[in-house]
Amino acid sequence: MTMPTAVALEDAKVAFRLGDGRVYTAVEKAHLAVAQGEFVAIVGPTGCGKSTLLNVAAGLLKPAAGSVKIFERPLAGLNREAGYLFQADALFPWKTALDNVAIGLEIKGTPRAEALPLAQKWLTSVGLGAFANRYPHMLSGGQRKRVALAQVLIRDPKILLMDEPFGPLDAQTRQVMGNLLLELWNADRKAVLFVTHDLEEAIALADRVVIMSAGPSSRIIGDWRVSLPRPRDIFEVRLDKEFHALHREIWSVLKDEVMKGYAQSTHAAEAV
Amino acid sequence: MSRPTLFALQVLVAVVCIVLWQVLSTVPVFGKILLPPFFFSNPLDVFSQIVKWFASGVIWKHLGITLAESILAFVIGSLGGVLVGFWFARQPLVAAVFDPYVKMVNALPRVVLAPIFALWLGLGIWSKVALGVTLVFFIVFFNVYQGVKEVSRTVLDNGRMLGMSERQLMQHVYWPSALSWMFSSLHTSVGFAVVGAVVGEYLGSAAGLGYLIQQAEGVFDVAGVFAGMFVLSAFVILIDYGVTLVERRLLVWRPTASDGRG
Repeated sequence: MTMPTAVALEDAKVAFRLGDGRVYTAVEKAHLAVAQGEFVAIVGPTGCGKSTLLNVAAGLLKPAAGSVKIFERPLAGLNREAGYLFQADALFPWKTALDNVAIGLEIKGTPRAEALPLAQKWLTSVGLGAFANRYPHMLSGGQRKRVALAQVLIRDPKILLMDEPFGPLDAQTRQVMGNLLLELWNADRKAVLFVTHDLEEAIALADRVVIMSAGPSSRIIGDWRVSLPRPRDIFEVRLDKEFHALHREIWSVLKDEVMKGYAQSTHAAEAV
Repeated sequence: MSRPTLFALQVLVAVVCIVLWQVLSTVPVFGKILLPPFFFSNPLDVFSQIVKWFASGVIWKHLGITLAESILAFVIGSLGGVLVGFWFARQPLVAAVFDPYVKMVNALPRVVLAPIFALWLGLGIWSKVALGVTLVFFIVFFNVYQGVKEVSRTVLDNGRMLGMSERQLMQHVYWPSALSWMFSSLHTSVGFAVVGAVVGEYLGSAAGLGYLIQQAEGVFDVAGVFAGMFVLSAFVILIDYGVTLVERRLLVWRPTASDGRG
């Protein structure tokens, strides 16, 4: 790859101090590089620290050791090149859909009169042109995700960080959202780091799938290239032979970790 | 149940109560009047007293004074509550230092402050305003404090990731969140502003609804006391209705504006 590296985690270690003074190591020596224009999915069992890793890339968390580089420069403070799509609802409940999208520009100092038509354009491109004056509570879960996507994309970040963004949605809505994401991403191919626990979703969306081991002290244990042709349709791509072969191959590794993660979580519960 | 039926039933309750009151206070049952007029008056006398007040116009002056005191108490108490609530929520050290004193003052029954306020501020409207302020302040203060402290972590992180500065976070996240908590306690705080005004008047004043009731009581004019109570309830219901209108406008973004009262 000759493309510059958008996000580089170099031996990043994440640890938390627990209430009783012990140190809990969430992620051990993670080494990961996302090239510009590349879509990378991180998959791992529940509690493996994949969201933690994403927060490190966002600058919301500081690594205990190792370094984070954004476009070859060490990251200090928040990652200003990145847009972050949260798993939980992160829209401002007191702003309408339109204002929620426009705020991304207004923060940068764009006058409101200029920001509003652009926000309307973005709402239309996520399919919510007619819902501009709705407040978040009047929208469905899927619609709120669309607004959140527009809110992040209107700022045109060079990097997209996504933390199980479609996790709370039902299966059909997830697929529709996946296709929408691919369509929007295809327009200018930002670097994407996409965290999910759904392997199928990861293969269908990404250029590369990275697998993490069960926590604590989880590591990156696998890295597969997905060479399915683009543009993809999430509904179609799941029927592809190559998709199945890859799914089987990755799942054979992931399955053990899922079982381990499950055993550990029940064990931990018994210890308490 | 349809609205007209409900309304008819609601009116029926009032009619039954008033008729019972009228009958029991004028017609002897087994040779005995169950509600002696000296203690209970009767609806006709009460009604004619109310009509007399409105016809002669004396009531307007008293209503105006009570309204002015309530509004002043509400505005001053809310402003103070918002400012101090914000300050404490953003400065945990200050909050921790003042915590026992806040609890102590809030635990004090505010009525005992009335004589002190009368002493300091005289018998005019300001001693009543002060009493109302001590009631309103704490409600608004606790709500704003809570509102600023309980801003959703995700919404806050989202604001940061969107590039908000501390000042912008204040404007777009903390402030709306605190205001929504304050507005959700609007009914309570407005109600307490009126309570402060009326109790203050009752304990010593020269005008206002509380004064009117206290005067009637002083001469054993039970009809006057009841008339004052009815005018007061109507007054509070009207104000409460106004608050509901304001609330509906300000909290449109809330899922259910009415059941989020703190």
